[in-house]
Amino acid sequence: MSNFSRDIEKTLNIQKVFATLSRNRASQAKHLFVNLIPPLLALAGFFLLCGLVLQIRGQDPLEFYTIILVSGFASLDDIGYVLFNATPLIFTGLAVAIGYKSGLFNIGCEGQLYIAAFAAAWIGIHLNLPPFLLIPFCIGGAMIAGAGWGAIPGLLKARYGAHEVINTIMMNFIAFALMNYLVTSVYQEPGQMIPQTQQIQEAARLPRLAFLLPVLPQSNPLNMSFFLACGCAVCCYIFLTYTRWGYELRLVGNARDAAAYGGINPSTVTIWVMALSGAVAGLAGVAEVMGYRYRFLDNFSSGWGFTGIAVALLGRNNPFGILAAAILFGLLNKVALDIEILLEVPRGLFHAGQGMLIIWLVSIESISQKLFNYSRGVKQGD
Amino acid sequence: MIPSTLRMATPLGFAALGGIYSERAGIINLALEGMMLMGAFGYVVGTQASGSVWIGLLVGTGFGLALALLHAVATVTFHAEQIVTGVGINILALGITEYLLPTTEQVGGLPHWKVPFMGSYSFVVYLLPVLMVASHILLFKTPWGLRLRAAGESTEALATLSLSRAKWQYIGVALSGILAGIGGCFLASEVHYFTKGMTAGRGYLALAAIIFGNWRPLSGIAACFLFGFATALELANRWNIPVQLLNSLPYILTMVVLAGLVGTSRPPANLGKMKS
Repeated sequence: MSNFSRDIEKTLNIQKVFATLSRNRASQAKHLFVNLIPPLLALAGFFLLCGLVLQIRGQDPLEFYTIILVSGFASLDDIGYVLFNATPLIFTGLAVAIGYKSGLFNIGCEGQLYIAAFAAAWIGIHLNLPPFLLIPFCIGGAMIAGAGWGAIPGLLKARYGAHEVINTIMMNFIAFALMNYLVTSVYQEPGQMIPQTQQIQEAARLPRLAFLLPVLPQSNPLNMSFFLACGCAVCCYIFLTYTRWGYELRLVGNARDAAAYGGINPSTVTIWVMALSGAVAGLAGVAEVMGYRYRFLDNFSSGWGFTGIAVALLGRNNPFGILAAAILFGLLNKVALDIEILLEVPRGLFHAGQGMLIIWLVSIESISQKLFNYSRGVKQGD
Repeated sequence: MIPSTLRMATPLGFAALGGIYSERAGIINLALEGMMLMGAFGYVVGTQASGSVWIGLLVGTGFGLALALLHAVATVTFHAEQIVTGVGINILALGITEYLLPTTEQVGGLPHWKVPFMGSYSFVVYLLPVLMVASHILLFKTPWGLRLRAAGESTEALATLSLSRAKWQYIGVALSGILAGIGGCFLASEVHYFTKGMTAGRGYLALAAIIFGNWRPLSGIAACFLFGFATALELANRWNIPVQLLNSLPYILTMVVLAGLVGTSRPPANLGKMKS
């Protein structure tokens, strides 16, 4: 094949990809229905499974379904807890989605959020600044730390072709070990046995909503980081849909070769996408340290980085979908505690259900894709 | 030193061997962690229910296999994203064990064998080198192994021989579940009880060992022993090194090897790819 015809073919390819990218946006509303079916089916399966397990235990599934509604929405306090639970998951879900859109799996959110949380705590303890400076410094420092931790696997992938999944997993464990070391030997709160740092200054704390809204009980942990998360989701949407960088990111994810031909360097994109993903994941650590605990506690995250994968899948990698999915998971986490107390059902049921949900989500997607392709007469493997 | 290295390396070795079968057949297996956990859980539950450690071993292995089959159905039959399914299975295993957590009753351990010059270890410890050599021969010297590896190297090669790629991938993943399950059983049998999340990342460490050992049984198990040695606690005490640094050494080493800075590590060509 001559150079000329190869060029033509590549141009056609790029046009095809370009058409797909722009069509995606135009026909998103039309395909909303198609997009909603898999997550809804998986969710229905999840709730049916939970009901079935309760039936087997000899308990009334209907009681369980009413508890879901009552424990999540009965009072403002309950809603506050649901949104509080959702906050870190919004960040990790967005982080996973940013990577995924560019064809990268960031399984290292867990490590990135620990590193970022520690950076936020360190700045919050050691820097003497007024709140309007200290809070941005803490958040910025945490994002840079998360970005740095995320960029390393990106760099290794871009430079040496090392798979980012393995490297992010390895970096998770390195982060756990590093944090454990720092918090037990260097920065441990003096005179305490608990592996945690001392408290951050008042000036570095994000205000709780209960102080602004008197209707909310003082004990409610919902804080400003939730609005930070919502803002982050909106920013991610705008970034991914309307900016040049967002376009580059998606183009590299959809057609690496075409992107390269179009003058985008996929290696560079890989590095900054992983850094961005790490920075957003790091905000989950910010929410914990600056919004809730006001210190760094070893092992504070209950697998948020991994739950973020489920959130991103359920939200179909759309920032607003992720927002909804994270709130749903926040509700489920609250319900898990409530049914443990009210129905004496161990919360493990919900964790198992989450795992099952993830597996269903990726399988249902393939099944529906197969059916969709079949109905359109497209052969597999095209 | 030697006893703690062996105790650390044996469960890793079984999981790594299992992972090699699965990944050689082209299926990424991040679910080793969950399979080990279910194996440990099954051992304790089975032993408690029946009073026999052999039944416990069988149940544990069966639990590992069950999770593996779930992984296989999702990834091989439904072409689901293998990395995501693996993570899902790990969360599932953690949840199931948390839900069914038995009363933390002590159970008996697997029988120990006394061997001259070696001391007395669980028979599983002696089983590992045997399986390691057997796996090497099976994978690299027999037609059976050639076919399994063909499933991982190419999406088409088996089809040209009118053999089913899916069948070999099922075999690979199933073997990984059985072996990781045995590894989990050993873990529980050594400490005599089950605790929540007791595998503590060993499945991922086994994954690192696979990469470190370049997807080969002999060097993979060697990596497990190296990692086991690095994490044996006495080392840290003797030289006054932070134990966390030693614990993260395997992960750092794996990243270095994966980047090709020291030696090379090459995964099966079509690992994780379902379509040509």
